[in-house]
Amino acid sequence: MKTGVITADAVIAGGGLHGLSTAIHLANAGLRVVLLEKDRIGRHASSANAGGVRRLGRAPPEIPLAQAALEQWHCIEDLVDDDCGFRESAQIKLAEDETGLIALEARSQSVRDCGFFHEQVIDAATLRDMLPQAASHCVGGLIVRGDGHADPFATVTAFHRKAVSLGVQVYEREPVREITHSNDLWQVKSALHHFESAYFVNAAGAWGGEIARLMGEAIPIEAQALMLMITERIKPFLSGVVGAQGRALSFKQFDNGTVLMGGAYQGKANMRTGQTTLDARQLAANARAAVAIFPLMSRARVTRAWAGIEGVTPDHLPIIGAARQTGGYHLFGFSAHGFALSPIGGRIIADLISARQTNWPIAPFSASRFSKSSSV
Amino acid sequence: MKSRYDIIVIGAGPAGMTAASLAAEHGASVALLDEQSGLGGQIYRSVTCQGASDPSILGAEYYQGKTLADRLVKSTADHVKGASVWQISEDREVGVTVDGAACLVSADHVIIATGAQERPFPVQGWTLPGVMNAGAAQILLKSSGVVLPDPVFVGTGPLLYLIAHQFLRAGVRIAAVLDTTPRENLRNALWALPQAYRNANQLWKGWGWLRDLRKSGTPFVRGVADIKIASKDSAAQIEYKHEGVWKSLSAQTVLLHQGVVPNINLGMATGCAHDWNDTQLCWHAQLDAWGQSSIDGVSIAGDGASIMGAQGAEAAGALAALGALHRIGKIDQHTRDDTGHPLHARLRSQAPFRRFLDMLYRPALQFRVPREDTTIVCRCEEVTAAHVRDAVHLGCQGPNQLKSFTRAGMGPCQGRMCGLTVSAMIADQLGRPVQDIGAARLRAPVKPLELGQLAALSEPD
Repeated sequence: MKTGVITADAVIAGGGLHGLSTAIHLANAGLRVVLLEKDRIGRHASSANAGGVRRLGRAPPEIPLAQAALEQWHCIEDLVDDDCGFRESAQIKLAEDETGLIALEARSQSVRDCGFFHEQVIDAATLRDMLPQAASHCVGGLIVRGDGHADPFATVTAFHRKAVSLGVQVYEREPVREITHSNDLWQVKSALHHFESAYFVNAAGAWGGEIARLMGEAIPIEAQALMLMITERIKPFLSGVVGAQGRALSFKQFDNGTVLMGGAYQGKANMRTGQTTLDARQLAANARAAVAIFPLMSRARVTRAWAGIEGVTPDHLPIIGAARQTGGYHLFGFSAHGFALSPIGGRIIADLISARQTNWPIAPFSASRFSKSSSV
Repeated sequence: MKSRYDIIVIGAGPAGMTAASLAAEHGASVALLDEQSGLGGQIYRSVTCQGASDPSILGAEYYQGKTLADRLVKSTADHVKGASVWQISEDREVGVTVDGAACLVSADHVIIATGAQERPFPVQGWTLPGVMNAGAAQILLKSSGVVLPDPVFVGTGPLLYLIAHQFLRAGVRIAAVLDTTPRENLRNALWALPQAYRNANQLWKGWGWLRDLRKSGTPFVRGVADIKIASKDSAAQIEYKHEGVWKSLSAQTVLLHQGVVPNINLGMATGCAHDWNDTQLCWHAQLDAWGQSSIDGVSIAGDGASIMGAQGAEAAGALAALGALHRIGKIDQHTRDDTGHPLHARLRSQAPFRRFLDMLYRPALQFRVPREDTTIVCRCEEVTAAHVRDAVHLGCQGPNQLKSFTRAGMGPCQGRMCGLTVSAMIADQLGRPVQDIGAARLRAPVKPLELGQLAALSEPD
């Protein structure tokens, strides 16, 4: 062993949920794992998201993963010794007119054509029954029963603690500066330390493109600061997570009465500092969508708005699978819908590392789809 | 209100009124946004429409605010009343709600003059009915001439004695003053006294309040080392520790106060850098000589930057206006520097007196870091001292992480009330400086904003 070099079986770049999940699965398989986080654990998309655990509306290649992840969420305590605030609830996308309903019916059909039957169309009466406070012009919707949502803060904390308890060495405020690969070993350097390992996992979220570049690969990814708003506590009127056809909206009420809403409204991300700034006009657009669907929200007071930095790929599908060089893997770019997939993403990478293969259909997520991914 | 101004000033206390008047007098288009219906801020609240009948109750100094208000009214600045500012963007767009309508107004320069707020006083029972901040009681007195009956004043600091004195002049029988000023503070402050003598008139004034209180026969207990408040038969039961012995008294009203701290909410949410000040035990904005923060075109003046009092705030407001006028090209550097010179000198001359007050009335650790497990820290989410300590014990390193452990700071006030307590508790438990622990990240909307108001957001023309 070289002096001053920290050796491990696997080094993971990125202390978000996917990095932590990978660390947990690898440690469970008996590997010595180092996890490097440039900021604080779960600082960005992992904690600043809406906590949705949904199959509704997933692109077909993601459906098998979302299905498997959901099963893991139902017994998330087995993985991380904590329920992560997971609650089973329906996910509903409602239609405001006949055209919208026709689009939802077509979507439901296309999912059935892929062999999945979880997305079902409901009529206006059923919708009224389930969402009595929804605006009276709504004509129906698409529902998935048995989806849910979890608490992002609690989830990050639980994943972090579990990783540490399994012996994962977590380094915070430790940005990766240099990555090289030779003689089947990865050399990973930060400003302070030098790590050496047989396996390297890029789980750096919105910064995944930068890590890929250090690995010698060009992978297109755009950072977006997606905003969320939460209101003060109001009388419970809603269970389930609600969206609307043709509108950017995600809307749900927590057990404590606070209402969280988002819908891919963008603020500004500063990738150097990791800070985000809010855009009041975009928040106003989000508020309009929410009030249009739930008029009673008009008088609810907003207590906080914030944004998380998400890595978004050109086709909005994540990058999951082997990197170009042996022993390297990518697991990032979940394009603002990666929270729900975090239990399964790490498991897939752990399979690839410890069993050299996975049974999950991950071909659509290969980085090679973008490129001819030219060397840099 | 127009859709854009050269300079927007937020807060109509001494700093804001002075900044807005001076900027307008130099030809800038200025809006002065303030929540109240009248000019004056907290210290000169309601000065233009005084409700309390007898001017001697509030003291002559209060009416200095009238001079500042008259100057503002004579200027061309737009005074926008009932304006609640909930966001400032990095390109200086100000999100403000006026009469229930939310809109965006832009400016070349923004001056934040949002003043001070009372320091949290997390003793056992501070959230009970009949217990309130002394400053809130003073607001009632200034705005509607209402005095609360049978009060016990608890705490430390010149404002506590001033308010007690105002109650006395209003003819109220004060049940007691329980003074929590740590005894060793006087020793620490004494070295600053000779220089503070330059402000001898202010020293005499404060001394006069204390003399009047004692002459009135008001029980005045010095060196109170601990406080517990309980509710009993619709009155407050106060237990206090004095010279090692617990004693008790009951009263209708308990008025708590242990100094004021900068109201940093808007500056923090805008992203202005702040540092911990261990003398004043609060966050101070990082500012240049002209009050500009770490963000170009955003200045902070008065008690909102660091506690300096009304006279200091006037000077700081003027300096911020000069800096802003120069930055946007309304005055040249000579005018800025020549006009600014005596103002800088005035601020410097007040510094020793401020230092003396800071040392003398620095609140004791046990009144900032609650010792009793059941003491409420975050009122909105009912988080106790024990909850916070347990979270730190489990590995929580800072106020932002604490939210995920306990929900402290996640309620309607978003940690604006409990922030200092939380940072002080974590620092104390981990044995690290508060600067390292940091402050809870603040975000817009800084003021309550209804979803329907936000949905109707407009830009005035």
